[in-house]
Amino acid sequence: MSQTLAEKFYYLMKLGREFEIRCKEEYLKGNISGFLHLAIGEEAVHVGAVVGFGKGDLFCPYREHVLALARGIDPKLIMAELFGKATGVSKGKGGSMHLYEPKMDFYGGNAIVAAHLPHAVGAAYARKLMGEKAGVLCIFGDGATNNGTFFEAINMANLWEVPVLFLCENNYYAIGTHVSRSSALKDIYLKARDYMPAEVVDGMDVFAVYEAVVRAKQYIEEYGKPYFIEAHTYRFEGHSMADKGDYRSPRELEMFRKRDPIDLLLKKAYKEGWLTEEQVRLIDQKVEAVVEGAVEFALSSPEPSEEELYTDLYCGVCSDVIP
Amino acid sequence: MLYRDALNLALDYAMEHDPRVVVLGEDVGFYGGNYKVTDGLYVKYGPKRVIDTPIAENSIVGTAIGMALMGLRPVAEIMTVNFAMLAMDQFVNQMAKLRYMSGGKLFLPLVVRMPQGVAKQLASQHSQSLEHFFASVPGLYVFCASDSISAYHGLLHAIRMDDPVVFLEHVLLYGMDFPFEYVKNFDPFKARILKEGKDITVVSYLKMVHDTLKACEWLEERDGISCEVIDLISLRPIDFETIYESVRKTHRLVVVYEAPKTLGLGAELSARVCEELFYYLDAPPLRIAGEEVPIPYNRKLELMAIPTPEKIYERILSWSKSHGL
Ligand SMILES: Cc1ncc(C[n+]2csc(CCOP(=O)(O)OP(=O)(O)O)c2C)c(N)n1
Repeated sequence: MSQTLAEKFYYLMKLGREFEIRCKEEYLKGNISGFLHLAIGEEAVHVGAVVGFGKGDLFCPYREHVLALARGIDPKLIMAELFGKATGVSKGKGGSMHLYEPKMDFYGGNAIVAAHLPHAVGAAYARKLMGEKAGVLCIFGDGATNNGTFFEAINMANLWEVPVLFLCENNYYAIGTHVSRSSALKDIYLKARDYMPAEVVDGMDVFAVYEAVVRAKQYIEEYGKPYFIEAHTYRFEGHSMADKGDYRSPRELEMFRKRDPIDLLLKKAYKEGWLTEEQVRLIDQKVEAVVEGAVEFALSSPEPSEEELYTDLYCGVCSDVIP
Repeated sequence: MLYRDALNLALDYAMEHDPRVVVLGEDVGFYGGNYKVTDGLYVKYGPKRVIDTPIAENSIVGTAIGMALMGLRPVAEIMTVNFAMLAMDQFVNQMAKLRYMSGGKLFLPLVVRMPQGVAKQLASQHSQSLEHFFASVPGLYVFCASDSISAYHGLLHAIRMDDPVVFLEHVLLYGMDFPFEYVKNFDPFKARILKEGKDITVVSYLKMVHDTLKACEWLEERDGISCEVIDLISLRPIDFETIYESVRKTHRLVVVYEAPKTLGLGAELSARVCEELFYYLDAPPLRIAGEEVPIPYNRKLELMAIPTPEKIYERILSWSKSHGL
């Protein structure tokens, strides 16, 4: 079990890492534009959470490439979206911050901090009302927990007893402002603890995230109630490509780089004998090919046609279910 | 039938025929709604489908969006448009855009209803018309109901649609009694000609339609001026064709609305008519609208701030005289 998990985690985390390193290159070449938020350093939270959560709806913030990859959305379609191509997962109309694939229960990608929290609560309400058991995973940053919508959402989730797992990835920064300069409560989970079970997990350890999320998922589905996890993590890059991240000291960066989640995973996997160097080499090769394939696909994909400017605004057809 | 009863009837009908229709908002359930629009639904459909929410406007619209994404057909009520200001992110950045940004992958069969306008001495934080805020956002449909027929059929149509609709009501209409009939194939996108006429096209919506009709009756009786009165029903999209057709006949346009004149619907309508039908016009378009002030509490000042039948009558009369009618 741990062996196959280790393999899966390594593949997805490495894929996320290499995919995003390539995104950065393509951004500098001008193939990708706009706001590009990389999750380099945060792969353990993203992969551990999505894999651990399994089936169920996902609501994510704008830093969602790795979450989308972990959910299984084709890297080609994601890369094409970043290139703004017609073949992109959102037809080139969404870009980096707006990846959606309802067929895979993936509901974005939202560029407004904390705005997707009530969506997750409403979604969980709907699923429960319709007699479905699967819960909803809602991921957001530490900064989002200072927004009024956060408090509205956790209140409603508790009041209405809906199965949402609120997962806060605390990377200590909201753009350039350290959490200690924006949040009266430094321990974010305390903001939710009076409303629901809340715990802290090491977000650099993919197994720890995975296990916490599996447990939380069981809880929300069994009791039909919300749960809160605060995962401590760190982003190695700036907030977006527009940010060098130089408000952080080299010492601080160095300290966190020593806990690179991919290195930590490998160390553990080698020690426990879950992965061999040969296996890792093969996965690396596969990742390289997948990323290369994604870029090739994106490059050779067509631009959206001019008519696309006007499509998808309204659906036009009405289901007209009520007689 | 009372306007509020027409809305209630539409909700009741929709909830009865489609278990996916849910109603949510502050006080809509147990209490029956501040304007009693949802009265009786709580008892009939239970607290799971008639959901009392906390006072959290942004999240009322936000949770309704989540519900709609999962296939429910929520009808959210924001107590009045004044409080919708707290939910503008969900209206503008979420509700209107999720479909487009997802390349058409997401459906939002969602209605947000709310009253707006000036009632009686509620002062400026409870009295305003903000239709132009919503009507200026691509991705939303904006309907407004001026009587029981457009309330019932408009709301039912909105609930049936797979797209997000902002449904505007007027505070003063709830208690008003209007003739009612079931209309086959009611089309909310088609403006209604409430009164035919040959001299002036007068366009309005919501409560102002009734003040306009009154003024136009006087114009006809006292001054022999024949007005064609158009009720827009939909503010996004606007049925320009019906307006153009009428103006081609009358050669004159007046727009009446309660919101402050600047950047309101009248600016849009008169600009469009000038763009499209300039050489048909016998007079520059006239806008009769609210004053550029927050609505004051004092009744005398309040009435000065918005159009009334008397003001509409006088403005149209003097304008038509100075333009050769
Ligand atoms: C409502 C809103 N205000 C401000 C912004 C600009 N903004 C984008 S990301 C961000 C920081 C958010 O920090 P956090 O929630 O901790 O997420 P992180 O990027 O660290 O994952 C801000 C202020 C926004 N997108 N939305």
